[in-house]
Amino acid sequence: MNAILQEISTPRTVTKLEVRNLDFHYGSFHALKRINLEIPASRVTAFIGPSGCGKSTLLRTFNRMFELYPEQHATGEILMGGENILTTKRDVSLIRARIGMVFQKATPFPMSIYDNIAFGVRLFEDLSRARMEERVEWALTRAALWTEVKDKLQQSGYGLSGGQQQRLCIARAIAVKPEVLLMDEPCSALDPISTAKVEELIAELKREYTVVIVTHNMQQAARVSDFTAYMYLGELVEFGDTDQVFIKPAKQATEDYITGRFG
Amino acid sequence: MSGPVTPASLVSVDNPAYRRRKRRNRIMMSLSAVALAFGLFWLVWILAVLLREGAAALRPSLFVQMTPPPGSDGGLANAIFGSVLMAGAGTLIGTPVGILAGTYLAEYGRRGWLAPATRFINDVLLSAPSIVIGLFVYTVYVAQVKHFSGWAGAFALAIIVIPVVVRTTDDMLKLVPNSLREAAAALGAPTWKIVTLVSYRAARAGIVTGVLLAVARIMGETAPLLFTALNNQFWSSDMNRPLANLPMVIFQFAMSPYDDWHRLAWGGAALITLIVLAISVAARALFRK
Repeated sequence: MNAILQEISTPRTVTKLEVRNLDFHYGSFHALKRINLEIPASRVTAFIGPSGCGKSTLLRTFNRMFELYPEQHATGEILMGGENILTTKRDVSLIRARIGMVFQKATPFPMSIYDNIAFGVRLFEDLSRARMEERVEWALTRAALWTEVKDKLQQSGYGLSGGQQQRLCIARAIAVKPEVLLMDEPCSALDPISTAKVEELIAELKREYTVVIVTHNMQQAARVSDFTAYMYLGELVEFGDTDQVFIKPAKQATEDYITGRFG
Repeated sequence: MSGPVTPASLVSVDNPAYRRRKRRNRIMMSLSAVALAFGLFWLVWILAVLLREGAAALRPSLFVQMTPPPGSDGGLANAIFGSVLMAGAGTLIGTPVGILAGTYLAEYGRRGWLAPATRFINDVLLSAPSIVIGLFVYTVYVAQVKHFSGWAGAFALAIIVIPVVVRTTDDMLKLVPNSLREAAAALGAPTWKIVTLVSYRAARAGIVTGVLLAVARIMGETAPLLFTALNNQFWSSDMNRPLANLPMVIFQFAMSPYDDWHRLAWGGAALITLIVLAISVAARALFRK
């Protein structure tokens, strides 16, 4: 009986994104070296490591954001549902609609709070006014922002505080209902209260989404993630269950970094 | 507790480095103030003379009566209308070209040599003497059809508008942070939607300001019209024929020996200045928002 309950409450993980032999170059600089990694579905995976180790670079390959810059190249495979998203012939916009992203700095668009949320939804869905209002409320509620902004939806997104702007960006990202949510140091510019709200949100989100988060904050990785990848100098040093990585890391390098004895 | 600590005795108003810095600051401040006063002196003088001489001519009749023959009463109605017509047409032709080209430079021209080359040529065009542009339109258009016309004037003015708008659009779009474009791309927006819905919106005030400044610039241009629209003593709205315009009328009337023509020239000059002033104020107000 217990075994069955165990099985139900912690079902075996399914792989959402599979990274195979991924290499990345900024011009001639080799930023990611032979990365192999499986991101589990409906879980939170954290990338940790010192600045410049390649964790943000790796995150930005998942939605091909690097393609906006001509000198950046990725080779290898990133499989989602059996399709290599690096080489697929389908429009990159379709991939990005399925893999959302939240950035380090809040980036509200120069438009109203309502339109900030509706922007992404309008790209792929033709909703009636009422349905769109529902969707906006839903996204803002999920991002724990609805009660603060429900009376000023038509005001500019720039009028919000830094923490609110970041939650607006999270709401904008989940409004299009992506399957994967990439978060690139989403709390680095937030105060502790806003950080706590975003972390609660991440815990909520993983029921429906696969979340990948880059963070410099070790405690945050330990708090929010189920799996942790430690990267160093463009290589994946260790990847595993967060508890295991933090309590009993397999590699000495990981332990040194986590305990602050690094360098 | 050890290490290099500055003794309190050094940090005082008698400190030689501090005094030297203060002295230098005073000298630079004085030089800046003198330069400012020098520039303002001429500017205020020009405006004062212009308004004193022009005020007498700024009457309602200026806006309703035609340019008169010497010795009789008249206004500048045909010239004002011609100027507005050509400046309007020039702006309508030049603005879309300028904004689209500026958009290419800032948003699409990241790879390859075309954008840097275009940007360089545009800067050359931006500083080209306007008489060269007048001569160019004269050669390729006026000399071919064998008559001066409002359209030729409008084309010449459009060629002046284009580099100004290209430059400001390019600059203003480059001020839009890349993080905003990335955020829109991350939602699955195609490039053209990122540009039109996000970049343009973020840079709107700056782009409109650039267009207004271009309008202000062409309102007072004389040289490009000398070889293109020429002038017309009568009311005309036919863009295929010579067209009256303020700068040419001012030029012609100011050079004449007649006092009443002189008065009208002052009036026209004051009017152009006030229009340019109004446009500049509007541009500033818009940009501040």
